[in-house]
Amino acid sequence: MITVVGIVLFTLLGATALALVRVRNLFAVVMLAGVYSLLSAGLFTVMDAVDVAFTEAAVGAGISTVLFLGALALVGHREAQPSHRPILPLAVVAVTGATLVYGTMDLPGFGDPANPVHHHVADHYLEESSREIGIPNVVTSVLASYRGYDTMGETTVVFAAAVGVMLLLAGRRRKPAPEPDEAPAAAADR
Amino acid sequence: MRDDFIVRVGARIVTPFIVTFALYVHFHGDFGPGGGFQAGVILAAAFALLALVYGLEAVQRVLPPWFVRGCAALGVLIFAGVGVVTMLLGHSYLGYNALAHDPKHGQHYGILLVELGVLVTVFGVMTTIFYLFAGRAGRGE
Repeated sequence: MITVVGIVLFTLLGATALALVRVRNLFAVVMLAGVYSLLSAGLFTVMDAVDVAFTEAAVGAGISTVLFLGALALVGHREAQPSHRPILPLAVVAVTGATLVYGTMDLPGFGDPANPVHHHVADHYLEESSREIGIPNVVTSVLASYRGYDTMGETTVVFAAAVGVMLLLAGRRRKPAPEPDEAPAAAADR
Repeated sequence: MRDDFIVRVGARIVTPFIVTFALYVHFHGDFGPGGGFQAGVILAAAFALLALVYGLEAVQRVLPPWFVRGCAALGVLIFAGVGVVTMLLGHSYLGYNALAHDPKHGQHYGILLVELGVLVTVFGVMTTIFYLFAGRAGRGE
């Protein structure tokens, strides 16, 4: 049953990706990107990664769709026709993709419990979490306690992202003297 | 969308549920999927929905841009502050065992507090970015 669900989700994911490449209307692209994220969230759920699926659904299908729509209001709904043939980029992508697929040949089997990644510190986390941390969700105990430094770094990165967007989008409007029709908007914005 | 009666009423009805769900996701993160990050995104989505329906100005009267900017910084301070507190209590940085007599209770408090920091930062950052994009879009028209 899980296999069938996985195949259906992967087929839909591939179809969405192809549609994303072909569609020229950017509004449709944003909607398809949301669909893509939601399908990915479904796949993560099938793989029992519910925390990741939750994040993907909330960020990918939710807030980033809204942000893309906000960006669309700035740049318009039509994608410009590319001025050159896509043969060189296609070749670069194909070669890179083939190299990556070749690289996965050396990886251990997908989902194999004997993989090294499952036996570095994961054993300790899974076996000792209920004794040391005492909360049922091991993902949370790894994220917030065992790997607390990493999560603090991530929080700082998220904060840095906001600072970057503020420097790009908010800093510019205060430098020129406010024009008559802009002054009320700037005052209301504060 | 500001003139659409059904969208206006619908947004008003679902918003409290979205905010409640965000808090549930945060406080239930120890037991089920979710945590501060997801909760922060959901909370930001609630206000993005209101801004899409009622307009950016209406939401910014309730939730001014300086406030969400402050949230973005405050969350990092909460997270880092928990580490400083555990150090002052004689444990290592972010060693939550220091926060209560029973180490498990300490871990529980510590995780809730740092996740609260993540929630506040993510909510502030997402809302700030949304305000910046939506604010410029409104001006360009």
